[in-house]
Amino acid sequence: MKNNWPLWEVFVRSKNGLEHRHFGSLHAADAEMALENARDVYTRRNEGVSIWVVESKHITASNPDDNAELFEPAKDKVYRHPTFYDLPDEVKHM
Amino acid sequence: MKNDNLIQYIYSIADNALILGQRLSELCGHGPSLETDIGITNMALDLLGQTRSYFQYAAKLSEEDITEDDLAYLRTERQYRNVLLVEQPNRDFAYVITRQFLFDAFHLLLLQKLQNSADETLSAIAKKSIKEVSYHFRFSSDWVKRLGDGTDKSHAKIQDAVDNLWTYTDELFHNLGTDSELIEKGIAIDLTKLKEEYYNKIKEIISEATLSIPESKYFQKGGKKGIHTEHMGYLLADLQYMQRTYPNMKW
Repeated sequence: MKNNWPLWEVFVRSKNGLEHRHFGSLHAADAEMALENARDVYTRRNEGVSIWVVESKHITASNPDDNAELFEPAKDKVYRHPTFYDLPDEVKHM
Repeated sequence: MKNDNLIQYIYSIADNALILGQRLSELCGHGPSLETDIGITNMALDLLGQTRSYFQYAAKLSEEDITEDDLAYLRTERQYRNVLLVEQPNRDFAYVITRQFLFDAFHLLLLQKLQNSADETLSAIAKKSIKEVSYHFRFSSDWVKRLGDGTDKSHAKIQDAVDNLWTYTDELFHNLGTDSELIEKGIAIDLTKLKEEYYNKIKEIISEATLSIPESKYFQKGGKKGIHTEHMGYLLADLQYMQRTYPNMKW
């Protein structure tokens, strides 16, 4: 069967307190079906506690051709990382 | 034998899950899309898992030295107590969904009552299964609405399935003759009392799906007494083949 259903992106939160992460994509005719399909396809091995689905067409993605201008300028700016401070020993978890 | 009535009652619940689970697992790898294929196979596994719990209990109650496998694989057709609805073949996706929907609505009502059964094991199995079956009902009712309110073709196909499978719904509410004592003790559920709520519920969803409700007054019955439709023998041939050909075979 040729599948004419639109593509949806699936985001699953695996534990309370963690963020939703992109798990993959699937086809579905409507949002409710996308949610049910996501439940069946991506959480049947107990992977999640919450699911988001969004139709793929609503995601605006950066163009890989633009990678040079978008991302490369950040590569030589090490001073943007907070690694130049001397931390007192008492400060933990930084 | 002292537990005979209870064992028959367990068959009447478990055989529905076994036979429907078998029907659904025939679709493994044949669903209309990857997503629905996995969805349907998940339901098949849920139902077979429930069947195991019931059969383990029935085997324990039995005075014979038998296991869950003997009950699933080695009874004869007349000894299966499932309703005719669940043995109906997978004619097309609309049939698969309608059969599921007509059964799930009943299954959910039954388990909601069975979780308060005076029999602790049945109550525990019902409590565990109810979450799975709530999802089955959600899945199948959403699909009934989607197909009914979809294209002209999907509407026609599911209307046809509803019209043809409707005749098997009344049997869901037949008690076995041997149930009355168990009903009095609060172990078994008096199925006749679920009927009104069942038809109200499914008619609501069928109407929402823009489908018409069949008006037929004639209903098929027999499965619960072991008198099955012509489809049952073929299903059992598939189901029992391995154990019949290679007795006591293990995975």
